[in-house]
Amino acid sequence: MFLINCPYCGERDQQEFKAGGEAHIERPKQPTELSDDEWAEYLFMRKNIKGIQFERWNHAHGCRKWFNMVRDTSNDEIKAIYKMGEKPPAQ
Amino acid sequence: MRNKYSVFSLIKNALSYHENWQRAWKDPAPKKEYDAVIVGGGGHGLATAYYLAKKHNMNNIAVVEKGWIGGGNTGRNTTIIRSNYLWDASAGLYDHALKIWEGLSQELNYNVMFSQRGVMNLAHNLQDVRDLKRRTHANRLNGIDAVYLSTEEVKKFCPIINTSPDIRYPVLGGTLQRRAGTARHDAVAWGYARGADAMGVDIIQNCEVKGIKRNGDSVEGIETTKGFIKTKKVGVVAAGHSSVIANMAGLKLPLESKPLQALVSEPVKPIIDTVVMSNAVHAYVSQSDKGELVIGAGTDDYVSYTQKGSHQIVEGTLNAILELYPIFSRMRMLRQWGGIVDICPDASPILSKTSIKGLYFNCGWGTGGFKATPGSGDLFAHTIANDEPHKLNAAFNLNRFVSGDLVDEHGAAAVAH
Repeated sequence: MFLINCPYCGERDQQEFKAGGEAHIERPKQPTELSDDEWAEYLFMRKNIKGIQFERWNHAHGCRKWFNMVRDTSNDEIKAIYKMGEKPPAQ
Repeated sequence: MRNKYSVFSLIKNALSYHENWQRAWKDPAPKKEYDAVIVGGGGHGLATAYYLAKKHNMNNIAVVEKGWIGGGNTGRNTTIIRSNYLWDASAGLYDHALKIWEGLSQELNYNVMFSQRGVMNLAHNLQDVRDLKRRTHANRLNGIDAVYLSTEEVKKFCPIINTSPDIRYPVLGGTLQRRAGTARHDAVAWGYARGADAMGVDIIQNCEVKGIKRNGDSVEGIETTKGFIKTKKVGVVAAGHSSVIANMAGLKLPLESKPLQALVSEPVKPIIDTVVMSNAVHAYVSQSDKGELVIGAGTDDYVSYTQKGSHQIVEGTLNAILELYPIFSRMRMLRQWGGIVDICPDASPILSKTSIKGLYFNCGWGTGGFKATPGSGDLFAHTIANDEPHKLNAAFNLNRFVSGDLVDEHGAAAVAH
């Protein structure tokens, strides 16, 4: 269990949050022109990194807002938290 | 020459105070080149090597393992074996494994302690009841033994379950697969290792893969902490770390690696003689031969490679266990641990060729790979040896995520993932 610093509510117990998977996967701008391979890439393929990963979280039992997190998946250490729409911090 | 285990060898070795048992497998240094290398010395990897040597006459092969064999998810799971899956493709795959389990101790001359004590799945709401009945019918059409039990029959089969209607997760019924059960997880890895080693397979422990060398679109070898190993065929069976290996080859897989937890209690006298799975609440319980309750919990929802999960996951599981089995209320838990499980979007495994020639992946078993160990090894060996999948694992190819022909076992597999 770890504490998460919600950008809107401050530090809260991890139990209040829901993980939303890898961040910065862009929705295709022209869905009708996508090939099957490109759809598979968008829908299913994930980096699943062991190390620094950029991901989305939702404060489900709090403000219910989404935000981004940079986390080291090899030790669960949170490196940075930033709001949706903000530029990800340089590594 | 490998000595056979028998009552006579036991007596003979007892006379020399068990100090002269033959080593079960050697500890070789890697050769310069192999016909095939299996990455990952868990049950699935060792079984793959065993069947490559036994059925496909590939004896110049090696298994490389980062730590010690059977030290990953093989040593961390709750040892449940069953084949009551909904879809035809899954039923074929898992029942193939269950059939091998039934003769495995004899075949390996190694007691894997396979115990067909039955696996019962409980229904806690009306949708569960409908789903489990549907699955029972589907199982029987596929020739897999399955029966649907009423609440009274559940109580009769496992009397310590609280079946009163006013609890948080009332028991409305359940299914039972009598051929299902458990096995000794370490013994499976050790039995396959011993069998493979006897046929000339090199089992190389403490040998971490650092890179995969490619020449264009084909594999040339692997870089390891014990040097470069040349090979034209690499079978990756790295469970939670599959994506890490795939990234070395420039591939992306449809996997997310998450912690799955389990725990065991102090040992007590026999109290539960079957396996009970309560899928909706993620509470699985059986009793080991030592007397410990073996309890399986759920996965966390975030990617992590830490081999430890969140406290609230275990707490939720134990809440459900205590309500279903009030008799366990004073049990003390001895150990709790996590394993990293690689989960596919459709909760079905991948046993497949890849876009790179000579590179094969056996992954995505998620929360339920142990039961498939012998079948997975057999079919993956076939895939590697022939460069073509067996008909039983053809549906579990990597291309299904492009074609859309998924094997959607989320929920359908009798387990909520």
